Amino acid sequence: MTETPLNGEYDDWLDSIEAGEGYYLKCDGGHGWLPPRRVCPDCGSRDLHDEPLPDSGDIVTHTTVAVATPQFKDDAPYVTAIADFGPVSITGLVRGVDPEDVSIGDVVGIEVGERETTGDRAVVFRPR
Amino acid sequence: MTDPRIAGAGVTQFGKHPERTGRDLFAEAGLEALDQSGVDPDDVDALYYGNFMGEIAEHQGHQGPLMAEAIGIDAPATRLETACASAGAAVREAVKTLRNGESDVVVVGGAERMTNIGTAAATDALAIAADDLYEIRAGMTFPGAYALMARAYFEEFGGSPEDLAHVAVKNHEHALGNDHAQIQKPITVAEAMDAPTVAAPLGLYDSCPITDGAAVAVLTTAEYATDHGLDAPVAISGTGQGGDNLALQDRPQIARTPAADKAAAEAYADAGIEADDVDFAEVHDCFTIAEVLAIESLGLFEPGEGIHAATEGTTTRDGEIPVNLSGGLKAKGHPVGATGVAQLATIAWVLEGTHPRADAAPDSTVGVAHNAGGTVASTTVHVMEVKE
Repeated sequence: MTETPLNGEYDDWLDSIEAGEGYYLKCDGGHGWLPPRRVCPDCGSRDLHDEPLPDSGDIVTHTTVAVATPQFKDDAPYVTAIADFGPVSITGLVRGVDPEDVSIGDVVGIEVGERETTGDRAVVFRPR
Repeated sequence: MTDPRIAGAGVTQFGKHPERTGRDLFAEAGLEALDQSGVDPDDVDALYYGNFMGEIAEHQGHQGPLMAEAIGIDAPATRLETACASAGAAVREAVKTLRNGESDVVVVGGAERMTNIGTAAATDALAIAADDLYEIRAGMTFPGAYALMARAYFEEFGGSPEDLAHVAVKNHEHALGNDHAQIQKPITVAEAMDAPTVAAPLGLYDSCPITDGAAVAVLTTAEYATDHGLDAPVAISGTGQGGDNLALQDRPQIARTPAADKAAAEAYADAGIEADDVDFAEVHDCFTIAEVLAIESLGLFEPGEGIHAATEGTTTRDGEIPVNLSGGLKAKGHPVGATGVAQLATIAWVLEGTHPRADAAPDSTVGVAHNAGGTVASTTVHVMEVKE
């Protein structure tokens, strides 16, 4: 275990995904966000409650990163994508598919994996 | 209220100066700006200073007072940080304090030292303009973020990497003869297309270089310029700033930059102009796709049309609306915290007819500067006009 302090609700959110109980925050205006949030940036509502994260999302854009930062040097080349889960979109690493074969519209599930370079936890998408 | 004037500007050579300190870069540009302005340094009321990665690159925070003393002025000095739009934000503060009567003379500038830490560490430092929890931890780099925007743009509006290559070719050609520019090398579309991938679909020639440099301008009220007989015909007639969600994933549209839409609308209204009045623009082309998004947000092209502008020659120096006559960030270089003021200097020099590419816009009276931070979560737009 690391002695680095955790990032509060963000790490709790990763825990929830690892446990298969992923969630997002929804305001009474119907806007979705990821934690930590105390107020909806869209409508100003402070009434945010947990909702189950949909089981899968659609890739809306993606890139294959060849020139990485030192924290990802052993991961490169790798695919980073944004996937639309309905009320929220999430950024993650796409694994389990050749980078050449990743396309907009691909359906992916979400899980928590490890960054190869550092072992840090990371959001991972896999094709469904 | 009258519009602030640009009394003088100074810009270092943008490039690799790993051994030069930020304070020395700033001093070179600042003293040149003061000398050119004819302003008594004792008259300077404030310094607004843009810098992004000083703590990382130089282990130096609290740079405002350091830069004031570097140019020999005794005035309150404040550093502003809005990632790559830091200097644009500094210009905006300078304009506000001159307009509201609190100051008669303001020095505005920026500096960035980047190459001393190497490409990998600089890439890391640039990435922190993104959301650490939700973007950087998912592998997003600065080029990677713009690659996500480029692919989303192609999906929504069409266009191709070849169109982006035309942006790079144009800006490289514009930088030829600009002694301030980091890259003065013509390239072809084929060379740009064949360059190594940085973050697909963006390659090496889609990306601005890593740059050391500084840019400084001396701004005064119109009254001060008149009273002191300054040669300062160019005014900043409009200022605007817009914001957006920091993370791309939280935006309704990834292939649009609404922060720049808002900044442009505010700046144009402030100046009393329309997009049709703009003669030329310096825009924030940290990546080729960023120029496309910028010229659409500025209202120079409709959404989805900006991608064809360089390919069709509309934004080249002999085109209808020249964009990035300096070479842009792409070829001139991008010392992050200095870029917004370097754009200001370029526009002033083009309007005054002293810039190497001024012949591309000989009768111009209105230039616009677009300076964007991160993935355009911060944007400033400034309208500049010849007033005399």
